[in-house]
Amino acid sequence: MQMPQPDAEIIARKPRVLARLQEVLPPDAVISEEAETRAYECDALTAYRCPPMIAVLPSSTQEVSDVLRICHEEGVPVVPRGSGTSLAGGALPTADCVILGVARMNEVLEVDYPNRVIRVQTGRTNLSVTGAVEADGFFYAPDPSSQLACAIAGNVAMNSGGAHCLKYGVTTNNLLGVTMVQMDGTVVELGGAYLDAGGIDLLGVICGSEGQLGVVTEATLRILHKPEGALPVLMGFDSAEVAGACVADIIKAGVLPVAIEFMDRMLIEVCEDFAKAGYPQCEALLIVEVEGAPSEIAHQLSLIKKIAERHDPVAMQEAESADQAARIWAGRKAAFSAIGRVNDYMCLDGTIPVSELPYVLRRIGEMSKQYGLAVGNVFHAGDGNMHPLICYDANKPGDLEICEEMGAEILKLCVEVGGCLTGEHGVGIEKRDLMSHQYAPADLEAQMAVKDVFDPAWLLNPAKVFPLDASDTRRMAAE
Amino acid sequence: MIRPEAEAELAEVIAAAEGPLAIQGGGTRGVALDGAALSTAGLSGVTLYEPGALTLVAQAGTPVAEIERVLEGEGQRLAFEPMDHRALLGTTGDPTIGGVIAANVSGPRRVQVGAARDFALGVRYVDGTGQVIKNGGRVMKNVTGYDLVKLLSGSWGSLGVLSEVSLKVLPVPETEATLTLSVASPETAVAAMSAAFGSPYDVTGAAWAQGAVSIRLEGFAPSLAYRAERLTQALATYGEITLLEAEDSAARWAEIRDVEAFANMQGDVWRVSVKPSDGPAVIAAAGQGTAMLDWGGGLVWLCLPEGTDLRAALTGIAGHAQLVRGRGFPRFQPEPPEVAALSTALRAKFDPRGILNPGVMG
Repeated sequence: MQMPQPDAEIIARKPRVLARLQEVLPPDAVISEEAETRAYECDALTAYRCPPMIAVLPSSTQEVSDVLRICHEEGVPVVPRGSGTSLAGGALPTADCVILGVARMNEVLEVDYPNRVIRVQTGRTNLSVTGAVEADGFFYAPDPSSQLACAIAGNVAMNSGGAHCLKYGVTTNNLLGVTMVQMDGTVVELGGAYLDAGGIDLLGVICGSEGQLGVVTEATLRILHKPEGALPVLMGFDSAEVAGACVADIIKAGVLPVAIEFMDRMLIEVCEDFAKAGYPQCEALLIVEVEGAPSEIAHQLSLIKKIAERHDPVAMQEAESADQAARIWAGRKAAFSAIGRVNDYMCLDGTIPVSELPYVLRRIGEMSKQYGLAVGNVFHAGDGNMHPLICYDANKPGDLEICEEMGAEILKLCVEVGGCLTGEHGVGIEKRDLMSHQYAPADLEAQMAVKDVFDPAWLLNPAKVFPLDASDTRRMAAE
Repeated sequence: MIRPEAEAELAEVIAAAEGPLAIQGGGTRGVALDGAALSTAGLSGVTLYEPGALTLVAQAGTPVAEIERVLEGEGQRLAFEPMDHRALLGTTGDPTIGGVIAANVSGPRRVQVGAARDFALGVRYVDGTGQVIKNGGRVMKNVTGYDLVKLLSGSWGSLGVLSEVSLKVLPVPETEATLTLSVASPETAVAAMSAAFGSPYDVTGAAWAQGAVSIRLEGFAPSLAYRAERLTQALATYGEITLLEAEDSAARWAEIRDVEAFANMQGDVWRVSVKPSDGPAVIAAAGQGTAMLDWGGGLVWLCLPEGTDLRAALTGIAGHAQLVRGRGFPRFQPEPPEVAALSTALRAKFDPRGILNPGVMG
């Protein structure tokens, strides 16, 4: 993975940029000593690190606007950062950049139950949005596994998903409005506590634009009333193929669980070890969650079990208590950290048509043998969003490169069968150079034209999303 | 009328165009523009349907009716419930799926499951230079690059002419029922509808028309019976509740979806999107005509005397008002200058010659 050469001319102007930023921000909101900027050198894609030139922690939309205006005038690239949990390197700095962290902007601005919306500053964590309304029976639906730590700013930037989006959708389906600061400092309001855009759906393209079009400082989010109850059921199968066929049958039968999660043997073992969730030991495990009143849950489960029984499950067990239900999810959501305790790994995020699951899982198994690296699979089976975890040894020279090559092959396979490179993590730097496998030059050109409109100088998070050679001309022209 | 039969031909037509093009699918949504008429009706047919993956891909000119027929065969549907504008606008023709996405046409269920744009997984389109572009795909979760699918959805052909769309579809629930109650004031209606949405009973539609609140439930029969009973108790303070069973319920929602009440009424028809609690304020500000509420109060339909300047009356209420039937005002709410600047600049990138439905969105 390559990043552009840092601009020595910008780095030489650091004292001047620093002085200007210090004029508009309180002293403790500007970080420039190397010992401290190191805290921002990477996100959750820890294989790549680079301390930024300066990091700033503004506390208001006005301060964000001041920072961006100054950086725009000085021609300094800006990398926005939520909580730094990106698995795709979305918040990876360059040596000549200013990191703009929104962590201090974490207030709830308004809770409006009759209209079922909440307005928050975007440094607020995903889980604490639900935390602000759950005592009154409401929740914010998108639930990425990192929800304890990840910020709404990053959720909006990456259009984050989660385990329950089969029913509730991803961030873009639950985002009604934003306050956004453009690179030149202009503040725009898009959408609000009402549905559908009035004109062109700018909000729709901003969500998922990976911090390249603007810095979102406030968001109006849809909140929903919680169902009366929810119950996960565990179903074990002899093979991934059978589990996949069972998923397709459940969906075809008209039962739409809120979540269908898949784990293979490797993940079952490490997650069980981590969470003591009572997972059965088998080749393929499905966690199927249904919602409603007890009688509704019982009815849906009886239908699902009937379907599952046609596929000879080796285990079938309902959560016996709220505590066990919580542990079943804790195990699943901790899958990445659980495997991280036993191995270095790279987590992929390709999505495939559900019908291709058996084929793709078989091919991944073959690649695992071919490259000599173990692969665990844990994913959102209902929507085909896979998370192959490739294990490697960071201390073994060359192993990361082999792992990356294998990862690229898996992602190309996802595209080949009609899927995509990333379902919920984002492109960042990780999948940047694979974009040309999914999109033709004209398709990428159309996307880059959008950035030209919002950020003509290509200063916001510039070396991400698009292959470097595709964005070269634009980034060079801007310098 | 130019009527290409294939995407490549559509691209050639646009590349060779020397003046404005007036793009239409079925021509049922009441868009009348100057320019050479370009129809997508020749690009027709479902190209892929995987019920187990909940996805369907169709060429843009495929009639909505054909898609609904195909889906019905597998017990599935377009969950966003696209409105049919023909009765309201007095138009004829076959609504197309491309038109539905291009105009982001949704119906009552939008409030719970999302809009047309939320079900659009991928698009292929021809931009104003004649270049074929694809974005998104046919899988339910996809964050690979910018979401131009959203940008194209609801752009009314002004950024590109759709040639193909991929959609997320959903199972048709086993049955449905509607709770109805007589409510005279919009304020009380919105309070009742907010109470329904603020419950755990999974309401999939809430509207107020002709003095009656309608609240829809869908699902498996036992679940439906349970939720209807609980909701009836919860809403008892708002009035006496009558239950409409399956077919009667479906008929009620088809009327609401297509705003049938206004079809034979004289006057301009406005569609106002606001936060639900502002719905009654919109009706009060209009001060005349006939009103109905959908989306729990968040969508206000108004039939007003011709030439009424509704937008002037709504100053201070956040949201937007679209003139669906009538003349004399722009169809779309003018945007604040900084937002309009972005929209204009995007159009200039996607359609540098300004030939695709010029002026359609103001």
